[in-house]
Amino acid sequence: MLSIKNIHASVEGKQILKGIDLAIQPGEMHAIMGPNGSGKSTLASVLAGREEYEVTEGSVTFLGKNLLEMLPEDRAHEGLFLAFQYPVEIPGVSTTNFIKAAVNEKRKYRGEEPLDAVNFMKLMKERMAMVQVDQSLLSRSINEGFSGGEKKRNEIFQMAMLEPKLAILDETDSGLDVDALRIVADGVNKLRNENNAILIITHYQRLLNYLQPDFVHILYDGRIVRSGTKDLALEIEQNGYDFIKDGVNAAAL
Amino acid sequence: MMDLTYFKHRFDELQAETPESPITGLRRESLLAFDRSGLPTKRSEDWKYTSIGELFEKEYDLKTDDSPDRAVTSAAIDSMRLPGYLEANEIVFVNGHYIPSLSTIRSPSGQLTVLPLEDAATGTYREVIQEHLGCSSAYIKDGIHALNTAFIHAGVFIRIAKGIQLSHPLYFYHFSDARQHPVFSQPRSLLYIEQGANARLAETFNTLGTSDSFTNGVVEVVINDNAMVEYYKIQNETVNANQVSTTHIRQTGRSYVHAVTITLNGGIVRNNMNVVMDAAGSEAHLYGLYILHGQTHVDNHTLVDNVQPNCTSNELYKGILNDHSTGVFNGKIRVQPLAQKTNAYQTNNNILLSDDAVINTKPQLEIFADDVKCSHGCTVGQLDENALFYLRARGIPKSEAQELLLQAFSTDILDQVKPELLRTYIQQLITERLTDHRK
Repeated sequence: MLSIKNIHASVEGKQILKGIDLAIQPGEMHAIMGPNGSGKSTLASVLAGREEYEVTEGSVTFLGKNLLEMLPEDRAHEGLFLAFQYPVEIPGVSTTNFIKAAVNEKRKYRGEEPLDAVNFMKLMKERMAMVQVDQSLLSRSINEGFSGGEKKRNEIFQMAMLEPKLAILDETDSGLDVDALRIVADGVNKLRNENNAILIITHYQRLLNYLQPDFVHILYDGRIVRSGTKDLALEIEQNGYDFIKDGVNAAAL
Repeated sequence: MMDLTYFKHRFDELQAETPESPITGLRRESLLAFDRSGLPTKRSEDWKYTSIGELFEKEYDLKTDDSPDRAVTSAAIDSMRLPGYLEANEIVFVNGHYIPSLSTIRSPSGQLTVLPLEDAATGTYREVIQEHLGCSSAYIKDGIHALNTAFIHAGVFIRIAKGIQLSHPLYFYHFSDARQHPVFSQPRSLLYIEQGANARLAETFNTLGTSDSFTNGVVEVVINDNAMVEYYKIQNETVNANQVSTTHIRQTGRSYVHAVTITLNGGIVRNNMNVVMDAAGSEAHLYGLYILHGQTHVDNHTLVDNVQPNCTSNELYKGILNDHSTGVFNGKIRVQPLAQKTNAYQTNNNILLSDDAVINTKPQLEIFADDVKCSHGCTVGQLDENALFYLRARGIPKSEAQELLLQAFSTDILDQVKPELLRTYIQQLITERLTDHRK
C-alpha cells in the first residue's frame, strides 16, 4: 500500500529525515516511536504534503502512485488521512459544512454523485455514535474553543467520515486524559479492517496499551534505527530512549 | 473642467432660482468655505491616502434642473432594486436629485414624512431644517463637503414620527445616468427620527452606462431620545463610478444606532461615517466590510465623538484586498471632557491576497476625559497557512479552501446585516466576488 524508499527531507535548509525506508501493507498497523526532534512529525507532514518540507532524495509510492507529486487535497482523495497533532481552529466555518465539503470533494474525485442532505446526516449520525462524538461539537466552528480531547476526537470523527485507506495518527495521544485516550483508541480500533492501514506516530507507549500494532519502529535522528514487534514499545517504556541513542551513537564512533 | 470659476457661476444660477430659505443662507456660507479650503489634496491629513483632484478634471454633465430628457424610467432601474423592495419605502435619486415620480412611499403619512428638502425648509419643518441641516459641516471642514452643502438642491427631508416602529424599511437609491456623458451628482438628505421611533434604512448606488460618474453625497441623520436606527450602505458599483459618501449621525437623545458599510466594487470610494454621541447613555455599533480587487480604492473614515457621558461604541471593520486594490481605514474616537465612563472599542482586520494590494490603517484616539475605557487594534496579514493546509489535507482544493476561509473572515460583518433578505443578497454578492477568479 505505502512504500517509502530512502526518504531525505529538509525544512528551511535543515536536514531532518536522513534516509527512511518503510513498507506498509493493507490490514497492518504500524507505530513509529522516537524521542523529540527525531523527525516523527516531519515524516507525517511529508506524507500529507505540507509545502514547507522539501524532499531532497528518495520516493514514496501510495497505492501504486507517486505520492510526492500529488497535491495535499489529491492525497486525501486517494485515501490518505492525517490526524493532526495540533488540529487547527477555524472560526466562522462550521464543522458540519466542512466535513460535508470534504466528503463530497472525495466523491467528486471518484466520479460519484455528492451525498444529499438526508444521506449525509444519516452517515454522520452513524459515525458520531461509532466514535462517541456529540452533536454539539459539530454545530460549532471547526475546533473553535474545543478542549484538547475534543479536538482529537474530532480528528477521529473526520477519519470515520472519510474512511481513508491509510490513516496517519500524529501524536494523537498527546494532551489526552485516560478517558479521552480510551475513547479515541476505541474509535480507531472500530475503524480498523483488513483493507486499510494505520500508522501511529507517538512519543509514548501509552496509546499502544489500547491499540495493537503489528510493527513498531524506532526513529532517531532522521532514520529508523530499530524495527520490531509490540515488545519493542514495552522495552522503550521500561528503558527510555537512551539505550537506543547510546547504541546508535556508539555505532557511529 | 470643474474649477472655482465654474462653480461660482453655477452657484449664482442656482441661488437666483431658489426663494430665500434656511437653505440659501447655508449654501452661501458653504460656498465661502469651499472658496477658502478648495478641494482636498494629499497635503491634508484626512486625505493623505486618497486623491480625488483628478476626478474634477473631467467634463461632467452638470445640470441642476430636473430635465425630462434624462428619461430614467422605472423599468430602467428595476433590475437594480434591493430585495424586499415591494415592501419598502423607496426613495429614488437620479443624478443627485430626489425624483418623487420614481419613488414609492408605502408607510402612511402619519408615520413617515418624505418631502423635497426645499419644501420642508419653507414649510412646517423649517425649524428642524434650520437646526439640523448642515450640522456635519462643523465636523467635516474640507472643500468637498462644503461643495455639497453649497449646492443643496432637490434633496430630501425624511421624518419618522414619534413612537413609530416603521414596518416598511427605507431604501435609498442613487442612480447616476452616465449613459451619454460623465455625470457629477451631489445628493443630500436629512433624516429626522423622532422620539421612540424605530427604522431600518438601506442606501445603495448604481451607475447606468459606461461613462464616469462621481457622486458626492451627504446624509445627515438626527436620532432623538429612545429611538433606534439600523443603517446599511451597500456599494457595489462599476469601476467607472467614484464617490465621496458621507453619513453624519447625531444622537441628540439617548438612542441606539447600528450601521454597516459593505463595499465590493467601484473606482475611488471615500466613506465618511460619523456618529456624534450627544446624549448620555447612547450606543453605537459601526461595522464595515470591503472586498476589493482590480484598481479599486476604498477609504473608510470613521468618527465616533463622545460628547456626553456613559456612551458605548463598538466598531469593527474588515477588509480583503486583492490585485492592485488599495484601502484606507482611519478610525477616530474622540472623548470630550464631559464624556466620563465612555466605552469605545475599535478593531480593523485586513487580509492582503496580493503583493500589490495596499492597506493604510490608522486608529486615532483623542481622549480628554480620565475615566474611560477605550481600545483599538488593527491587523494586516495573509490567509492562515495552517488553516489552509488543514482544509486541503481533508480533500478541499486550494481555491475552495481559500474561499471558505475568506467567507469565514467576512461572516462576523455579514451577520450584522440583520434583515434576512438583505443579508442573503449581500452573501450572494460576496460569494460571487470570492469565486470570480474561477471564471
